[in-house]
Amino acid sequence: MNFPILSTLIFLPLLSSFFIFLSKDKKNNFGPIYISLFSSIATFLLSLFLWYSLDINTADFQFVEEKSWINDFIKFKLGVDGISILFIVLTTFITPICIISCINSVKNRVKEFLIAILILETFMIGVFCSLDLIIFYLFFEAGLIPMFLIIGVWGGSRRVYSAFKFFLFTLLGSVLMLVAIIAIYWITGTTDVTEIYNIKIPQEYQNLLWLAFLSSFAVKMPMWPVHTWLPDAHVEAPTAGSVILAAILLKMAGYGFLRFSIPMFPFASEFFTPLIYSLSIIAIIYTSLVALMQDDMKKLIAYSSVAHMGYVTLGIFTFTKQGIEGSIFQMISHGLISAALFLCVGVVYDRLHSRLISTYGGLVNYLPKYSFLFLVFALAALGLPGTTGFLGEFLVLTGTFQKSYLAALLGTFGVVLGAAYMLWLSKRVIFGVTTNPEIKTLSDVNKSEIIMLVSLAFLIIFFGFYPVPLMETFGVSVNSLIDNYQLALNSR
Amino acid sequence: MEYAIILLPLIGSIFGYLFKSFYKFFSEIFTSLLVIISAILSLVVFWNGIEKNIYGNYKIIEWISSGNFVANWSINIDPLSSVMLVVVTFVSALVHVYSIGYMSHDPHKPRFMSYLSLFTFSMLVLVVSDNFLQLFFGWEGVGLCSYLLIGFWYKKETANNAAIKAFIVNRIGDFGLAIGIFLIFFFFGTINFQEVFQAVPQFYEEKLLFFGFEANLITLICLFLFIGAMGKSAQFLLHTWLPDAMEGPTPVSALIHAATMVTAGVFLVVRCSPLFEYSQVALNLVSIVGMITAIFAASVALVQNDIKKIIAYSTCSQLGYMFFAAGIGAYHVAVFHLFTHAFFKALLFLGSGSVIHAFKDEQDIRNMGGVRKKLPFTYFLMLIGTLALTGFPFLSGFYSKDAIIEFAYLSNSLLGNCAVIIGIFTAFLTSIYSWRLFFKTFHGSYNNTKIDISETHESPLVMLIPLFFLAVGSIFAGFLFKEVFIGHHSNDFWRTSIFFINEIKHDYVPLWLLLITPVVVVISIPLSFYYYISNTKFIDNLKNKSLPLYKFLLNKWYIDELYDFLFVNSAKKIGSFFWKRGDVGTIDRFGPDGISKLIKIISNKAGRLQTGFIYDYAFVMLIGLSILLTYLILN
Repeated sequence: MNFPILSTLIFLPLLSSFFIFLSKDKKNNFGPIYISLFSSIATFLLSLFLWYSLDINTADFQFVEEKSWINDFIKFKLGVDGISILFIVLTTFITPICIISCINSVKNRVKEFLIAILILETFMIGVFCSLDLIIFYLFFEAGLIPMFLIIGVWGGSRRVYSAFKFFLFTLLGSVLMLVAIIAIYWITGTTDVTEIYNIKIPQEYQNLLWLAFLSSFAVKMPMWPVHTWLPDAHVEAPTAGSVILAAILLKMAGYGFLRFSIPMFPFASEFFTPLIYSLSIIAIIYTSLVALMQDDMKKLIAYSSVAHMGYVTLGIFTFTKQGIEGSIFQMISHGLISAALFLCVGVVYDRLHSRLISTYGGLVNYLPKYSFLFLVFALAALGLPGTTGFLGEFLVLTGTFQKSYLAALLGTFGVVLGAAYMLWLSKRVIFGVTTNPEIKTLSDVNKSEIIMLVSLAFLIIFFGFYPVPLMETFGVSVNSLIDNYQLALNSR
Repeated sequence: MEYAIILLPLIGSIFGYLFKSFYKFFSEIFTSLLVIISAILSLVVFWNGIEKNIYGNYKIIEWISSGNFVANWSINIDPLSSVMLVVVTFVSALVHVYSIGYMSHDPHKPRFMSYLSLFTFSMLVLVVSDNFLQLFFGWEGVGLCSYLLIGFWYKKETANNAAIKAFIVNRIGDFGLAIGIFLIFFFFGTINFQEVFQAVPQFYEEKLLFFGFEANLITLICLFLFIGAMGKSAQFLLHTWLPDAMEGPTPVSALIHAATMVTAGVFLVVRCSPLFEYSQVALNLVSIVGMITAIFAASVALVQNDIKKIIAYSTCSQLGYMFFAAGIGAYHVAVFHLFTHAFFKALLFLGSGSVIHAFKDEQDIRNMGGVRKKLPFTYFLMLIGTLALTGFPFLSGFYSKDAIIEFAYLSNSLLGNCAVIIGIFTAFLTSIYSWRLFFKTFHGSYNNTKIDISETHESPLVMLIPLFFLAVGSIFAGFLFKEVFIGHHSNDFWRTSIFFINEIKHDYVPLWLLLITPVVVVISIPLSFYYYISNTKFIDNLKNKSLPLYKFLLNKWYIDELYDFLFVNSAKKIGSFFWKRGDVGTIDRFGPDGISKLIKIISNKAGRLQTGFIYDYAFVMLIGLSILLTYLILN
């Protein structure tokens, strides 16, 4: 196939953001919204086509594109396999939803907001396609800029503090990664990922390089104790920003572990497994307890995200089939569920301009449809069987159990805490007697909100009952990941 | 047909709610009809099983497959699941019909019916599962429906809290179940029942190091599975959610918290009998927990005043019976008691619902009394239920409860003998509290101050007909199915479902043992009538004399208070601590905020150096020059 489908996918949003820039800024902003919606849906369909035409029986990279960029140094190399394709589809699926959410929530500078979202989409797709370390690094870090602007320009009252905290944390980590990438080039003479896979970096370098990558991934993940930027960023970010942040940006680190840390540094990955387990378990228990006590809805969900990401790191470093597949599944699932929960918060925030749990209560009396959907997502977040949330966590814990009883036991206990904070949140927000008189004047979800929330709910339940399409897609790739890891360890 | 049994309630649940505006009574008729069809089909399946030995496993579709971790959506019909199918669909159908009357004034009736059907679906998925994962799905699914139905009246604060409590306590049980499944998968490499059970003998001697303890694998698995069973079946220590669950509408209590969901734990133990049989330790634990629960719950039931809470504790206690039956190896008797219990306990709950209805939502038995003539049918039906529960001769409870005591005697062990004593004593307590409830509700003087006796009224026919069916079951279920379930040829029926290493012999037991329970039960009727109705002074005296004991029982052994103190409050405190001291106080303070503050301080200081006066700069240059010179000279 000669058609550069991946480049098209990456640059389509960028191109359309240029058209939005040219479009006239009328009162209701329909022009920019339609253009961006059209282009993002086109991108989504293209990614679906990509998924459809991907050969899932091989773990090789497909649709590979290679162009020399800087002579003999950086190649612009793209490719996808069974793991990355799902993240791409997740990205292209979430983006149109974010754009729809803008209709209700963003009131000023809509055009610029849409441009920021679309540029962000370009970078995110780029992250999941890159097969060259430098290209990956560029996309990975460039994503910070639109996100920084989204928080800093369209955010809440403390937006500047949050934006800088976000930037400070993420940048500090990634500088070390850049150093590591340069070191890798110095050791191996290439930045092409597929070549590095075959070269095998000497054992003595691996630990330091692995730690440098961790410093970047840990912040993005986010892992305890570098997670504190996330609640602040979420609280101040506008709805669409929170959705993208939770659904996709948090997945880049998990993807990074799978694509880079484990295959390039197998020895170090094995060596640091206890560290990852400890941090993950602390993340799960600690942030679940913190989430329990939050009085701000967005903060609560943000903390729950940290706990859910704890399962992801736990699962990846089991190096078992169930653990890794569970982690990937958990990432996709969390992408859908957290997006839905932040959208839900956005729906009531647009109406009452408050994120405090105590403002609400008894919503079910006046917003029955909304309350139903909210409950579905809350239940998915606490891992109810029949939703995607359950399968991810259960597989991860099955995998973990084979490696560490203690980690699995504590991780499973985290599921109990998850039920506690999620149900308590639902009780305080949607059930009970309506005390706030303003709630009586609220209208239930409108058409565009229904489209967003129902499509997410459908996917969460559908893949909860029938996850086979997803599992089949990454099955072979995961097998080869584990096989190569074992092979590398055995070669010692 | 098997597919229809499982899926009809789901269809009812979804479409009954979606098309609720289609016709005023659409959802209730639609859901009830589908569940009734499902019940009839279950009877056919059950009958085919008994008569023609038609069983089978039907795979619907693959659910998940990750390496060896494979689970299918499937329908596994075997003797055990066919019995459960009948119990679940039959009681559910009756409760559906009953709810039409009971909830007739509730504006949210479609939602209620939809939840009931959804519950039925989850429970059916649980019982027909052929692997642990699908079982887990049903297990949590019924927990969800229980949560939704307990909190059905969402405006009530207590109902919401009870719903959350039920879900979380169940989650603690599920935690055990999940660990059990992880253990099974890790060692057996599969989660399919058939494959696991076949492999059990190979792992009989397998030991593993678990947190420094060397433990037998099978024992460990059984213990964790049993934690799950304890949560769902409200056994001692994890029972606290069940009495609170009575906040839900009464039909829910009858269906979920008496007849079906709470028996899931017993079902799990029986289903896993091939595992439990290989671990005497686990079996002993099961019977000990069962005995403690039986006697604990009965003792608490003695002094409660809420009509539903008495029955709830009674359920708890009867579940204890089932567990110690299973624990001494008499799994089939446990299932038999489960089967008969479903009828009379559902009858009692629905009957009490009828009483509550008559008193316009009054639940305190101290505010009732003297209405037997006003509620003749309810009175009569409750009488049957009470007789059956207490084990009055020749009603269904008599057969199953006596069988448990007999088999405990036959098991010929120390624990078996304990079980005999506790079984008989609990039967006595059961009898006392049941008759106390019955007499205080229907006999004596009319004690309600809020509404006049003339305002109490008998329930409509749509509520009484289901009661009638349950009453028939309560009378005859024991007698009719005794041979099939626990008779001499019962093994022909159970075959693959229940596994014994050493089967308990169907010997004859001494006559005194056969007689003692019925005699105790019969004697306690006039006894309780005398003390609770004719001569109440004695009880009041007893209450005052042993006030601490009374308070201890009234407050349910203070277990709720203990848990609140130990877990709920400390979790909140730790959460606050981590947030305020951990995140804000440490990580942020020394992390980003600290760094930015530090940079500010440094730049301020650096800024102060730039004074702009020439002599300052000259002075600094001079010092620098002298330091440089000193350095050069010294070298």
